[in-house]
Amino acid sequence: MHTCSLVSICVLLGLVVRWGVSLNSYSGAGKPPMFGDYEAQRHWQEVTYNLPPQEWYFNTTENDLNYWGLDYPPLTAYHSLICAYVANSINPEWVELHKSRGYESPMHKLFMRATVLVADLMIFIPAVVLYCLYLTDGSSKKKVSTLFCFLLYPGLILIDYGHFQYNGVSLGFTLWGVLALGLGWDALGSVAFCLALNYKQMELYHALPFFCYLLGKSVKLGLMGLFLLMRIASTVLVTFALCWLPFLSGSGYAMQVVRRIFPVARGLFEVQCLTSSLSFLWCA
Amino acid sequence: YVTVMAAADSWSWFPALALGVSLLKCLFINAYHSTDFEVHRNWLAITHSLPVSRWYHENSSAWTLDYPPLFAWLELGLARAAQHFDSNMLRVENLNYVSQNTLLFQRLSVVFTDLLFIYAARECCRCVQEPKGPRDVLSRPSFVLAVLLLWNFGLLIVDHIHFQYNGFMFGFLLLSVAKHLQHKHLQGALLFSVLLNLKHIYLYVAPAYGVYLLRSYCFTQDHSGGSVSWRSFRPLRLLALGSIVASVCALSFGPFIAMGQLPQVLSRLFPFKRGLCHAYWAPNAWALYNVLDKSLALLGVRLKLLEEAELPRASMTGGLVQEFQHSVLPSVTPSVTLVCTLLSILPALASIWRRPRGARGFLRCLLLCALGSFMFGWHVHEKAVLLAILPLSFLAVESREDAGIFLVLTTTGHYSLFPLLFTPAELPIKVFLMLMFTIYSFTALRKLHSGPVLRPLESAYLLGLGVVALACEAAFPLSPWRHKLPFLPLLATSVYCSVGVCYSFLRLYASLLRQEEKHKQL
Repeated sequence: MHTCSLVSICVLLGLVVRWGVSLNSYSGAGKPPMFGDYEAQRHWQEVTYNLPPQEWYFNTTENDLNYWGLDYPPLTAYHSLICAYVANSINPEWVELHKSRGYESPMHKLFMRATVLVADLMIFIPAVVLYCLYLTDGSSKKKVSTLFCFLLYPGLILIDYGHFQYNGVSLGFTLWGVLALGLGWDALGSVAFCLALNYKQMELYHALPFFCYLLGKSVKLGLMGLFLLMRIASTVLVTFALCWLPFLSGSGYAMQVVRRIFPVARGLFEVQCLTSSLSFLWCA
Repeated sequence: YVTVMAAADSWSWFPALALGVSLLKCLFINAYHSTDFEVHRNWLAITHSLPVSRWYHENSSAWTLDYPPLFAWLELGLARAAQHFDSNMLRVENLNYVSQNTLLFQRLSVVFTDLLFIYAARECCRCVQEPKGPRDVLSRPSFVLAVLLLWNFGLLIVDHIHFQYNGFMFGFLLLSVAKHLQHKHLQGALLFSVLLNLKHIYLYVAPAYGVYLLRSYCFTQDHSGGSVSWRSFRPLRLLALGSIVASVCALSFGPFIAMGQLPQVLSRLFPFKRGLCHAYWAPNAWALYNVLDKSLALLGVRLKLLEEAELPRASMTGGLVQEFQHSVLPSVTPSVTLVCTLLSILPALASIWRRPRGARGFLRCLLLCALGSFMFGWHVHEKAVLLAILPLSFLAVESREDAGIFLVLTTTGHYSLFPLLFTPAELPIKVFLMLMFTIYSFTALRKLHSGPVLRPLESAYLLGLGVVALACEAAFPLSPWRHKLPFLPLLATSVYCSVGVCYSFLRLYASLLRQEEKHKQL
């Protein structure tokens, strides 16, 4: 059978399984006052939609950081903002400032689950397909089997579509980075990995291999390597600058963001940090 | 070398396919379920809590017991297990009771009873004629048939989302067919009698069984020209068949006949008060008839040939099923549909009487009986198209012509099931599953028969189906007409699919009669 049709069948099966899991409950369903990760994501949509970027990471009267304060880097915030625009056009009650706390309804659940699926379809799944087709060895049947196993990996599905998170986005960006590096496009690979890092700081776990590989490649190339290194460095800096643009204007904004995403003050063994990094390790 | 190849020719892929689809079914436990869920919960309650004499009289719920007694006994057996999940579901007064354990039990019972379907599918796959030579597993006819049966889209969404026990019934049907293919006719007859007593809708295909068994089993020899040799009649075989059927029916209806409740049971089983079509028209001949009638009526009013006030008011697309009349064309009564159905299946029956072509000819006749009754039956539900699709899968992996008919019938039949799942949460599931099954069936059959299977007109029709699907599911809900003409997508789906189903019916008939011609010339 055509590889194309086998690949589409694998992808469709992956999507069916993902949506099947989505039909079930999410983290913190029906559990006031704090609820769970689902409510955290909804709250971030509320915060990013109603407040200016400079206030997203600060503890103000409008933004209570103790109730699911933003603790992921800016790209997550921008993603939440885009979702919030869509949410507002469907039903403004979903992202109304303060009033939408703990909002739960079947339509809202459908919307939130759909955002995860759309993000996966745009970022994670194409990366997986391209990776399995172009960077794995073996016959086309072996590649399709790899794709099949990859797409049906239960850990990622359960966390993203059950518990509710967007790990597919950051893992997808990382995979795009790996793909680009594998095809020899180092600058693009760096951009992709920077995006992953700016989505979830957990991707730091993957940073060392990227760094060592690119550094080693540059050193091996001698003088050309120096140019390569400079090109990569500049792309990294530009990507970071673009992502952090709203926070580079005034004083202390960037430091506050750093303080939120690396909560050393709270103690490294805080439960949330542990569970989310554990789940991330499992997926990675 | 040959023995090594035979040993390596293991069927290890079959359990993988079966397990995979069973796990997928478990994912749909929390999906939408229709009123059929409450129907079966009610029947669990009735059979468990009430004495046998009250089973067919009980009507505190609108969902009265209207399947034959063997199914009631099955529900009783299930109720025994249900006690351990949630005994509250077994109380008759708990109408619309849906606790988490009830849901879990009912869903798992469907997955569990599907084991029979899985077994039957394996038996059918064993009977498929494999072409010679070693072959990659994915391109073997038995593998393709296994996927087409086990992962059938229609069965998945009707049984495991909408909620019914069709897999279990089709297990009996396919197993019976497999037994006939293996020349174990008595076992096949037994299985079919059991099936008839589980769900009487299979009466539609009983003529095929009757004629085939009479002709090929009771008459053991043919003349050289192929016609029946009257002297080879074996009365003992007829007696064996008769006693099997009679004993199964006695086991099933016996207690009710003894209690004198037979008329009541029959009135429950055959409720002719319902209308010609139910709220959503099954894509059969009557859907086209209705549309023709409505169009003529509209045309008549426009051309001032008819008075609008004279037209009967009853709505054909009303939510509850009622009697209705046609405005221009003659109204259709149950007896008319019966006559039409009989007329449609008579040529097929005559064909296998005159020229029996073994079990495969019988299967073709069975298919035509199923499809004929779907086309012309009274109050046909669109789920009944599965009765034709599943047996046709077997023929599709063996012959290219049947594969083409299969693709048209299956795609239209499956698409006509879409209105069954109308909730937004289930939309991605039905779309993804449908695409998966459609892509697989097209590419696998194409590879199996080494070349294109569809004619250009058929491909164009199926592409048009895609356009209709997009229009009905995506474009219409956002258009300005959705309030004025809410039934339009259903109407469009029903009519467009009727064309495909009618076409498949005619092509199947043509292939049957052409085979007879070929046989005559030989």
